[in-house]
Amino acid sequence: MRLLISGGHLIDPAEGENSGKNVLIEDGKVKAWLNQHEPIPEDVEVFDATGMIVAPGFIDLHVHLREPGQEHKETIATGAAAAVAGGFTSICCMPNTNPVNDNAAITRFIIEQGNRAGLANVFPIGAITKGSEGNELAEMGEMRSAGIVAVSDDGRPVPNAGIMRRAMEYAKDFDLTVVDHCEDKSLSAGGVMHEGKWSLRLGLKGMPALAEDLDAFRDVLLAELTGAKVHIAHISTKGAIEAVRLAKQKGLKVTCEVTPHHFTLTDAAVEGYNTNAKMSPPLRSEEHLEAVLEAIKDGTIDAIATDHAPHHPDEKNLEFDRAPFGIIGLETAVGLAFKQLVHTGIIDLVRLVEMFSTNPAKIFNLEGRGTLRPGAIADVTIIDPDLEWTYKVENTRSKSKNTPFDGWTFQGAVIATIVGGKIVYHRDRF
Amino acid sequence: MDKFKRKDLLGIKDLSAEEIKIILQVAETFREVSRRDVKKVPTLRGKTVINLFFEPSTRTRTSFELAAKRLSADAVNISTSTSSLAKGETILDMAKNLDAMAPHVIVVRHSSAGVPHQLAKASRASIVNAGDGSNEHPTQALLDAMTIYEHKGRIEGLRVAILGDILHSRVARSNVYLLTKLGAEVCVAGPNTLIPQDFQHLVENGLTICPSIESAIQDADVVMVLRIQKERMNEAFFPTMREYSIHYGLTKERLKLAKPDAIVLHPGPMNRGVEIASDVADGSSSLILNQVEYGLAVRMAVLYLLTGGED
Repeated sequence: MRLLISGGHLIDPAEGENSGKNVLIEDGKVKAWLNQHEPIPEDVEVFDATGMIVAPGFIDLHVHLREPGQEHKETIATGAAAAVAGGFTSICCMPNTNPVNDNAAITRFIIEQGNRAGLANVFPIGAITKGSEGNELAEMGEMRSAGIVAVSDDGRPVPNAGIMRRAMEYAKDFDLTVVDHCEDKSLSAGGVMHEGKWSLRLGLKGMPALAEDLDAFRDVLLAELTGAKVHIAHISTKGAIEAVRLAKQKGLKVTCEVTPHHFTLTDAAVEGYNTNAKMSPPLRSEEHLEAVLEAIKDGTIDAIATDHAPHHPDEKNLEFDRAPFGIIGLETAVGLAFKQLVHTGIIDLVRLVEMFSTNPAKIFNLEGRGTLRPGAIADVTIIDPDLEWTYKVENTRSKSKNTPFDGWTFQGAVIATIVGGKIVYHRDRF
Repeated sequence: MDKFKRKDLLGIKDLSAEEIKIILQVAETFREVSRRDVKKVPTLRGKTVINLFFEPSTRTRTSFELAAKRLSADAVNISTSTSSLAKGETILDMAKNLDAMAPHVIVVRHSSAGVPHQLAKASRASIVNAGDGSNEHPTQALLDAMTIYEHKGRIEGLRVAILGDILHSRVARSNVYLLTKLGAEVCVAGPNTLIPQDFQHLVENGLTICPSIESAIQDADVVMVLRIQKERMNEAFFPTMREYSIHYGLTKERLKLAKPDAIVLHPGPMNRGVEIASDVADGSSSLILNQVEYGLAVRMAVLYLLTGGED
């Protein structure tokens, strides 16, 4: 089975490639790059990518798939369907399921469900501590053997610096990146939005930026002590960005990701008590948004990840204080990146691909992904940079509809998503 | 009354000075009703008012109930103990169910900010915010304004001190909005732990944070004392009630710093000997009971204006 992606513009930052090339795929791998004036080989299915960008498959380092335990919000199959519709060929799912993914049996279950769905590659992230309770280390080695790609206690960050130190030291033995949701809960407890002008105005309890800053600096210092690979999840504050900048100056193995909502919206979106503007970390003020955009521009921020967090409408349609944190994001990430970052001139398309594919593959050591060099796995994202489209959440493939971006229009659309050489999503066909 | 055309009263924040004045003018005409022998007018006959209280309240709930009854509306009271929330119903479903019974007004109090705003979107009835979390308590600010008008003849140019737990106070927020819209100079003071950072930016101008209780009271025309809640002690906002009363309470001595004809307000219920000394609460400057009287008139005015007055 051979597939030729012809006529497209290939962007593969890992190979320094940024020009018109045909990509030949055979047996799920990239076979060769062909010049576009070369004749089309025989016995190939041709995908006409004229006018489109052909990129190594996008990798989302941060999603919540809710299975096992909360299948009314999302299943691995529906999450994977939303992923490929959003251009993601691989998704890395957080362990805060019920039960928590803190052992090899759950890890294997998630991988099997991902295979059964047969859409995006599903890479589980294991818990750092048992039950993500912050006390005893989870069996990282066993989970690594079963297929996890990183460890994190995501929404329940390890509060004890001593335990976090041991976790980093231990994770290093298995070459696992430690992902941290930076939040010192002694500062943010009870908060439901960013602490600032808007929390004051809306009478809602704030979560100060300091809660994120403090944990980010702690993690950077621990990364220096332990030499571990540390990845700061969904960075949203000026202070946390300074921490990562410091780490990079020191040459530490510290990376970070940003969500589309944190580079798009501010805490002003909460006005009217919109629970689809409630997430953690919260939407920050203008000042922090500017720092985020600056850090995207100067390379301090390595990757874009969605923090796709499905919740059922019955759970979101509550008092603002009681509604759960989080929004879905798989299908809007590329549109938002074009709108907020590319069309505004903050980054070019090469950097866009780097943030969606090249860097995420490196951060979690995903062998053979994040590039389309011959021999690499044929995960491909094909984008029409000019196509205008409107996001309608009623058509979402996710089980949930909690998004603040319903009705937004974008220029730049995912046309097709290819996983392991197989077209698993095509905008016009399915 | 053409200028008051709102469906709901959710807060003072979005009201214009003009709208505030209309409410106060109408309230003035209703004051007289409560002084009659027969304390009832037929104005809202056939209208239904539901008081939906998710937080305990004596004063505000009674005030709204009497306001409805003195206007001949039918009033129904629902408080948390009898609500269906314990049965797992969401607040929106509950509001929709009540709305299906076609009340004209739903008065709501809830510990979460924004609940009245959420209900306003979901129901045909007019929603009146009777206090939502730390956000707003508009009728309290209106009755405070009425009290000030009655005793000072104006609000513009007055110096108003608001003392105590500003951080958690919906009364403080609604009063800051209202008083600054009407041209007063507002000064807030209290323990630093209970004054939000950058609170002065809540409004464009007319609001300052004073470094001490004394400097806030200095030359004030109006001194408004907020209730201090005991649970704030456990949350480490201040060490003890005793220390609070010594350093931040309104005492006779401190009140001397204000203008000689200054008035003292408190939204109640008071902690005597904590945020306010008994001799101040019961003294000649205190208008605390007058506030309660004006509260009834203000709530009658609000119900009247939201239901479109007489048909």
